[in-house]
Amino acid sequence: MIHIENLSKTYDTPHGRFEALSQITLDIPRGEVFGIIGPSGAGKSTLVQCINLLEQPDSGIIRIGEQVLTGLNESALRRERRRIGMIFQHFNLLARRTVYGNVALPLEIAGVPKAEIDSRVQHLLSLVGLSHLADRYPAQISGGQKQRVGIARALANRPDVLLSDEATSALDPETTHSILALLRDINRKTGVTVVMITHQMEVVREICDRVAVLSHGKAVEVGRTLDVFSAPQHEVTRAMVSAATASDLTDSTLDVLRQSLRERDGDAPGHARRVLRLSLSGLSDTQAMMSDLARTLDLDITVVQARIEDIQGVPVGTLFMTAGGSEAALDRALPWLAQRRIAATEVAR
Amino acid sequence: MSALTDWFASVSGFFDRITPQILALLQTSLWETLAMVGVSGAVAVLVGIPLGVALVVTHRGAMLSCPALNRSLGVVVNATRSVPFVILMVAIIPFTRWVAGTSIGTAAAIVPLSVAAIPFMARIAENAMREVDRGLITAARAMGASPLQVIFKVILPESLPGLLAGTIVTLVSLIGYSAMAGAIGGGGLGDLGIRYGYQRFLPEVMLLVVVVLIVLVQAVQSLGDWVVRRISHR
Repeated sequence: MIHIENLSKTYDTPHGRFEALSQITLDIPRGEVFGIIGPSGAGKSTLVQCINLLEQPDSGIIRIGEQVLTGLNESALRRERRRIGMIFQHFNLLARRTVYGNVALPLEIAGVPKAEIDSRVQHLLSLVGLSHLADRYPAQISGGQKQRVGIARALANRPDVLLSDEATSALDPETTHSILALLRDINRKTGVTVVMITHQMEVVREICDRVAVLSHGKAVEVGRTLDVFSAPQHEVTRAMVSAATASDLTDSTLDVLRQSLRERDGDAPGHARRVLRLSLSGLSDTQAMMSDLARTLDLDITVVQARIEDIQGVPVGTLFMTAGGSEAALDRALPWLAQRRIAATEVAR
Repeated sequence: MSALTDWFASVSGFFDRITPQILALLQTSLWETLAMVGVSGAVAVLVGIPLGVALVVTHRGAMLSCPALNRSLGVVVNATRSVPFVILMVAIIPFTRWVAGTSIGTAAAIVPLSVAAIPFMARIAENAMREVDRGLITAARAMGASPLQVIFKVILPESLPGLLAGTIVTLVSLIGYSAMAGAIGGGGLGDLGIRYGYQRFLPEVMLLVVVVLIVLVQAVQSLGDWVVRRISHR
């Protein structure tokens, strides 16, 4: 549905040239909910604004469906933009139009006849559950309701693509959850392709089928959300995943662990203890794996912490354990786990 | 006790001197002032707001960015605004004569008043429209709005309260300017105050003129504030 090829964008700033996007290539199939995540300044907003060409890229191709957008003249581009809905972090509702008037705006712009506007707006408002607030002004409704208005407005021209630029970043967790559920529901009902720009890993985890990780204007990792979460490859991804899932031990906990490792050291010559971090996707037979590991390498294993996250309906576990045994056996633990496709790292020894 | 009686006598005498003739003069003058302020105010709105729109949308980085045009307009606006009104009035007499056919009287006074009010209104309108959140313009453009649609569906309606407040400020300034215009034969309340109150030593006329001006400004301001409150929806 959305094809982005070798997209680059540079800004001239007083401090020199700034490469906002560099050779981005992405393919987003129809009906997918696709996440673009990255720390602030990674180029996410520039990327999303390039998709509907609110920002003119320096080079590269943007194609929506069969239509290549790059290179279109302004008026052709305006027509194409009607097929692309957009929602924003700060909602961007017109303060002097009612909820109804805001949803009607894109239809007025597209020149839809008045009678049709009315029925379309009524339908859209009921879709987002705001029919009862049609006559309110944005100042009179809550943030979550404002974003629902934003969503109704973005869907008004029956777009093929919905771009979401940090749409939940200004909302509290509960409201975020309900907005994401609404987007998911709309995606399933209408088949609209959704592109979610966000810095919140939990947003990606909750609704994105696939995700691209952006760092310094480059797409450093693209894949199924589940894969990216359970086995992050790039260091930026890893940092974000651990921050979002709280699946890493805090520094103070690690200190305590190291302390205890040191105290137990020397209980037998050549005996050592290490703390390992395992990522498990799906509810594989963890119990069996652990006893297998313990038996094969003659290790004694203690679980320090274990937690399971729900990513797109698939449980993903993080397990911290102390393994004790001979140095040689401990050295073999990581390769042994890798052979069984379990992502493991050593966090302390 | 006698001081108080004297005071009462002088006050009642004061009002005794307000004859029906003076009241009739006051009425005519008020209408002249209203005509001058009304017409030049209307011209200021009709020309100043579009000029303000031009200043906003041609700004560097704005929707129809055109820094050269923006600077030129800015220079013209600033030049007009930096000339004191008394000087402007006299300086453009040939232009006034060309437009109004005369340089004396209420109709003639409307020309310099309009010339002064247009750039004033333009700057105020520009500031009001700058207050419109850029995000709204981004949203409208993302919907496929043309620049004209952005102006008429977003920028103007969203800044309407500010534009209205600006119009009130312009009208109040125009009431002041119109008194100055009166001093050189434009008619209106200022003219009345100068000729009767000052030159003929009739303090009661001066007082009346001042009171009427205060009431007029107050009325315009209150009405404006009320309407702005009604339409803001903030």
